[in-house]
Amino acid sequence: MLSYALRRLLSAIPTLFIIVTAAFFMMRLAPGGPFDQERTLEATVMANLNATFGLDKPLWQQYGIYLSNLFQGDMGPSFIYRDKRVHEILAEGLPISIQLGATALILALVLGALLGSIAALRQNTKTDFAVIAVATFGITVPNFVVAPVLSLVFAVILSWLPAQGWGQWNQMILPVIALALPQIAVVTRLIRGSMIEALRSDHVRTARAYGLPTHMVVGKHALRAAILPAISYLGPAAAALLTGSIVVEQVFNLPGIGRYFVIGALNRDYTLVMGTVVIVAVFVVVFNLIVDLLYAVLDPRVRYD
Amino acid sequence: MTDMTVDNAPVQGESRSLWATAMLRLRRNKAAMASIFVLIILALAGIFGPMVAPHSYSKVYPEFVKVKPSLESYPQEEQVIPAAESALRRARVDLGAIDVEDGKVRIEVSSDSRDIDPRISRYLDRSSVFSDAEITIDPTDPKKGVIEASVQQLYFLMGTDANGRDLFSRILISLRISLMIGALATAVALTIGVIYGATAGFIGGRVDNVMMRFVDVMYSLPFVFFVILLVVFFGRNLVLMFLAVGAVEWLDMARITRGQTLSLRRREFVQAAEALGVSGKSIVRRHIIPNTAGTVIIYMTLLIPKVILLESFLSFLGLGVQEPLTSLGVLISEGAKNMRNAPFMLFYPAATMTILLFALNFLGDGLRDALDPKDR
Amino acid sequence: MMTLSIKTTLLSATILAGLTSATSAATYMRGNDGNPETLDQHKTSTVAEANILRDLYEGLVVYTPAAEIAPGVAEEWEVTDDGLVYTFKLRDDAKWSNGDPVTAGDFVYSLQRIMTPDTGAKYANILYPIQNAEAINKGEMEPSELGVKAVDDKTLEITLNAATPFFIELLTHQTGLPVHPASVDAHGADFVQPGNMVSNGAYSLTSNILNDKIVLTKNANFHDADNVAIEEVNYLPFEDRATCVRAWEAGEVHSCSDLPAEDIERLRGQHDTAVRVVPYLGTYYYALNHKDDTLADPEVRQALSMAIDREFLADEIFQGTMVPAESFVPPGIGNYAAGSPVTEYFDMSMLDREDKAAEILAAKGISPDSPVTIELMYNTSENHKNAATAIADMWSNLGVNVEFNVRDASAHYAHLRDKGDFDVARAGWIGDYSDPQNFLFMVESDNDGFNYANYDNAEYDGLMDQAAAETDLDKRAALLQQAEGLFMRDLPFIPLLYYSSRSLVSPDLQGWEDNIQNVHATRYLSLPQ
Repeated sequence: MLSYALRRLLSAIPTLFIIVTAAFFMMRLAPGGPFDQERTLEATVMANLNATFGLDKPLWQQYGIYLSNLFQGDMGPSFIYRDKRVHEILAEGLPISIQLGATALILALVLGALLGSIAALRQNTKTDFAVIAVATFGITVPNFVVAPVLSLVFAVILSWLPAQGWGQWNQMILPVIALALPQIAVVTRLIRGSMIEALRSDHVRTARAYGLPTHMVVGKHALRAAILPAISYLGPAAAALLTGSIVVEQVFNLPGIGRYFVIGALNRDYTLVMGTVVIVAVFVVVFNLIVDLLYAVLDPRVRYD
Repeated sequence: MTDMTVDNAPVQGESRSLWATAMLRLRRNKAAMASIFVLIILALAGIFGPMVAPHSYSKVYPEFVKVKPSLESYPQEEQVIPAAESALRRARVDLGAIDVEDGKVRIEVSSDSRDIDPRISRYLDRSSVFSDAEITIDPTDPKKGVIEASVQQLYFLMGTDANGRDLFSRILISLRISLMIGALATAVALTIGVIYGATAGFIGGRVDNVMMRFVDVMYSLPFVFFVILLVVFFGRNLVLMFLAVGAVEWLDMARITRGQTLSLRRREFVQAAEALGVSGKSIVRRHIIPNTAGTVIIYMTLLIPKVILLESFLSFLGLGVQEPLTSLGVLISEGAKNMRNAPFMLFYPAATMTILLFALNFLGDGLRDALDPKDR
Repeated sequence: MMTLSIKTTLLSATILAGLTSATSAATYMRGNDGNPETLDQHKTSTVAEANILRDLYEGLVVYTPAAEIAPGVAEEWEVTDDGLVYTFKLRDDAKWSNGDPVTAGDFVYSLQRIMTPDTGAKYANILYPIQNAEAINKGEMEPSELGVKAVDDKTLEITLNAATPFFIELLTHQTGLPVHPASVDAHGADFVQPGNMVSNGAYSLTSNILNDKIVLTKNANFHDADNVAIEEVNYLPFEDRATCVRAWEAGEVHSCSDLPAEDIERLRGQHDTAVRVVPYLGTYYYALNHKDDTLADPEVRQALSMAIDREFLADEIFQGTMVPAESFVPPGIGNYAAGSPVTEYFDMSMLDREDKAAEILAAKGISPDSPVTIELMYNTSENHKNAATAIADMWSNLGVNVEFNVRDASAHYAHLRDKGDFDVARAGWIGDYSDPQNFLFMVESDNDGFNYANYDNAEYDGLMDQAAAETDLDKRAALLQQAEGLFMRDLPFIPLLYYSSRSLVSPDLQGWEDNIQNVHATRYLSLPQ
C-alpha cells in the first residue's frame, strides 16, 4: 500500500502539470485583462504596466517564465495586491482557511455520522423523520443566507459572539457553523442511506443474531461499511472546505484564501488565479489519495496491489 | 452470441419485476407520495403559473416598490389620497375634498388664477393607481371642477421587489427556470458521471487511474473562468448554462459511482457473471449501474439543489439568468440583500426553495428504500 | 508676480478648536472599502488606498476636515503670473518617522519615481501637467529631465507644460505624496512592508495582513503630533458592505466607509445621525454610442434622456443615496463659478417630458407600434440591474425596447476600451480632483480611453482647448460652461445621477465633518472616552 501511495503521488506530478498548463491558457482566453477597471487607464500607463508585469511578451514565453518561477517556488507577483507575491498571499491565508475548514469538516463528519446512524436505526419513525427534516433544511438554505443570519442573530441582536474578524477563538464559531451546516446535512443523509443498507448486510445481521449490543454492531461493523459513500463525498468536499469559501469569508470578513479564486477571476489577476488553482489541485490530489487509501482500510474487498 | 441471448431473458425479467416492486413499495411510502404530489404542484405552478398569474413577471409598478405582502388590494385605503395628491401635484391646481368609495375616487379641484385645463385628468390616468379618470368642470365656474376615477385593485400576495414587480409572479417564473436548470443539468451530470464512474471502477487498473486523474484535472480547473469563457464564446444562452453546469457537476457523481463499483465488482454475483463470460459492457449495464442506483439517487436529490444554488452563484456573478427572467437563486440572493428592510423578499423565495428541496429529498429517500435490491 | 500665500497659523487654530487637548489613548476601528491593492503611493489607484495613505503621509498640501486645501509639508507657495512655475516653501519641522528631515529633494525623487515607466504607476497621468512628465512616462526622456527642481533643501520648484489652474488640487491626490528615498533605495518595492516603511504623516505602519487589518500607530515625529488624538488606527477591509453595518451595530467598528443602499432607510430610522449621506464628486451615466444608427440622431438621444425619471431612480432604486443629475458635472465642484448650464426639460413635469419624448420619437418613426430595440450593457451589480430594469421600463413606453447585456466589470470595461460594439453602456465617473475639466475632458474626440460614445465635435474640442489655455478662472469657467452646454445638447453620455458618499459614523467618533470629497484624515478625529 505504501508503494501504491508513492506511485499515486508521483503520478500527481503530470496531473498538476496538465492542470497548470490548461488553466494558464484557458485563463488568457477570457475577455479583459487585469488592468481593465471602472477607470480606463491611459495608453502609456497601460503599456508601462504590461511591461512591468511581462504581459507584453508572447504568451508561450510568459508561460515558460511562469513555469520556471513556479518550479522555484515563486508564484509570481499578484496583479491586484501589488505589494505581495502570490505565494506570500496564499501562505498568509491558507492556515486560516485550513483551520476553519478542518474544524467544520470534523464537526460535519462526527455530527453527520451520529445523526445518520440514529436516523437509520430508527428508520421510518418520527426520530428518523425529524433528523432528515433538519438535515434537509441545512442543504436547502444557501450559504449567503445562513451566514448573515447567524451574524445578525448572534452578534447584532444577542451580542453573544463577534460579528466578524479573525484572531480570537470566538470569532471562529459562527463561520465554522456556516461552513459545516450544509456538510452535516449531506453527510447525515449519505450515512443514513448506506447505514440502512449496511444494517441489512449479512455480517451485521449475523452479529446481531449473535446478540451483540446495537451500539457495538453499529459502531464496529455497520458504520465501517456505511461510511464509505460519505468518505467518497468528503474527499473533494474537504479539498473545497480547506481552501476556503468566498461567501463565508466575505460575510465574516476572514482573511482566508477562498475569496481569491473569485476575486482573482473577476479581476483577471492571472497569477493569483494560477496560485489558487495550484493549491486546490494539490488538495484535490492529496484528498483523493486519502479517500482511496481509506477505502482500502475500511473495505476489505478493495485491494491495491 | 447465443450465450448473450440466453443470458438476456432472465435479467430483463428480473429488472422489470425490480421496478414493479419498487413502485409498489414507493406507493406505500407516505412521505414520498406526498413529495411527488408537491413536486407535481410546483412543476405545474412553474409551467402554467406564469400564464395565469395576475401580473406579468416583468410588469413594473413604479408606485409600489417593495410593498409588503397583503391580502388586501393595493393601493390600500390610506395610500389613495397621497397617490392622488402626488399624481396631481404637477397639474398645478388646488385640491379640495378627496373621497374614496367602492374603488372610486372623487377629487374636487380648483384654481385661483386660471380655468381648469380638462387635460389634467390625464395625470391621474398616467399613474398606475388610477384609471378611467373623467373631469367635470363646473358649468358656472370654469375655475372649479371634479375629477372622478376608478382606483386600481392590485393584489400583491407576496409583495413586490425592488423594481415594483409582483413577487408572486416572479416566484412562479423562477420556479420554471430553476426546475429546468436543475433537471437538465442533473440529467447531464448523471448520464456522464454514472457511465464514466462505473466504467472506471469496473475496468480498474491503469485505465481507472488515467480516468480518475482526468477527473482530478477537471476538479482543479477554475470553474468561474470556465463559465466566463463559455458565456463569451457562445453568448448568454440558458441551455448552454445547463450544459456547463452539468459538465462540471458530473465529477462528484463519477467518483461516487466509481467508489461503489470498486466494491461491487468484488461481489459474488459480479464475479459469477464475469466467470460466465458476460461482456464487461453488459455487466456494467446490468449489474453495476442498477446496484449503484440507491446511492446515485440519493446523490441526485442532493445534486439538484446544488445545481440550483450553483446557478444562483453564477447569476450573482452576472453570468446566469438575464433580466427580466429570474430564478429562485437570484430571488433569494436579492432577498438576502434586503433581509433587514424587506424580509418578505427573502422569506417567500426561500420558503419555495425549501419546499421544493424537501420534496426532492423525501422522494429521493423513498426511491432509495424502494429500490434497495437486498430488501425484496 | 502674483502671490498666493496662505497663513498656516490661522488654519491650525481652527483645526485646534475642534479638538480639545489630547484625549486618552484609544484604538480607532475604521471600516474601509476593501483591501488596498498597494500602499505604494505611486502604484495606487483606489479610494481605500487614499484613505490609508492620507494617514501615513503628508503631501505638499493637505485637506482640512472640511476638505478645503491647506498647507501640508509646504507652508506657502507662489506661482508665476503665467501660471507655469510653482515655488513651494517647505516647513522646517517636517520630519520622517525615523527622524530624517523632509526635504525638497525627497519630492523630486518621488515625482521622478512615479513617472519612471518601470514603476508601473496606474495614475501617473494625473501628474502629466508637470513639464516633460508624459515623455518620461513614455520612456522618451530621462526621469532627471522632469520639471521638478530642489532649489535648496526647503524650496521646491515645479514647472508645468501649460498653465493648469487646478494644479494645487492635483497635489491633494495620493500620487503626490512623497516617499522616503533611502528606504526605497534600500528595500526596492518592499519599502511598503511594515518595518521597512518610513512615512512622514501623522501615523506610521505597524502591521499589514491582507484582508485582515492594517494597523497604523501615531508617529511621534510628525510635526503636529501634539494635536493627534487617536493613538492607533486599525483599517478593516470590508468587501461586503452589509458586514460592516453588522460590525458597526455590534460595536466592533467606529465607522463604515460605504453602506448598502437597500438598507439605508432602516439605518436612518434606527441610527439617524450616524448615517451620513453626502454629495460626492461623481456622476452615474449611460454612454450612447454615436456610431449606432438610431442613436446617431441627437434628437433621439434627447428624447431618451427626457423620458428617464431620475427622481424615481434616486428615491426608489437607490433609496435616496444618489441625487438626480441634471448635468454631467456634479454641483459643488471647484473652479466652476459659472456652474452647469440649465437644461430646460428638467423643469417640465415628468408627464410632459414623456409626452415630448414620445412626440420626438414618433416623428422619427419610433412608437410602441413600430418599436426599435437597443442593447443596454452594464456590469454586474444589484443596483445597476435594478436601475437598468427601471430605465428599460421607462423607455418601453416610447417604443424603445431594451435588451440587456451583462458582463463582469473587467469584460465590460475591456469591451468599452477596445471600442467594441454597443448601443448604451453604463459607467460612472468619480472626479480625481475638484475641477470641471476632470469631467468634461472625457468626451474630447481624442480621448481614447474615456470617450466611449465616440463623440466627435470640433466645436467642443475647441472650447476645451481654449479653456485649457485660459488662466482667468472666471473666463475659464464660462468656457467650460459653454462646453457642457454642448454636452447636454449632444448627449454623448446621459447623466443619470450624482453619487453620494455613504458613511456610518459612531457618535463616539468626534471631528468627522461631512464633505464633498469624503476625506476624513484620522489626525483630525478623536475618540473621547
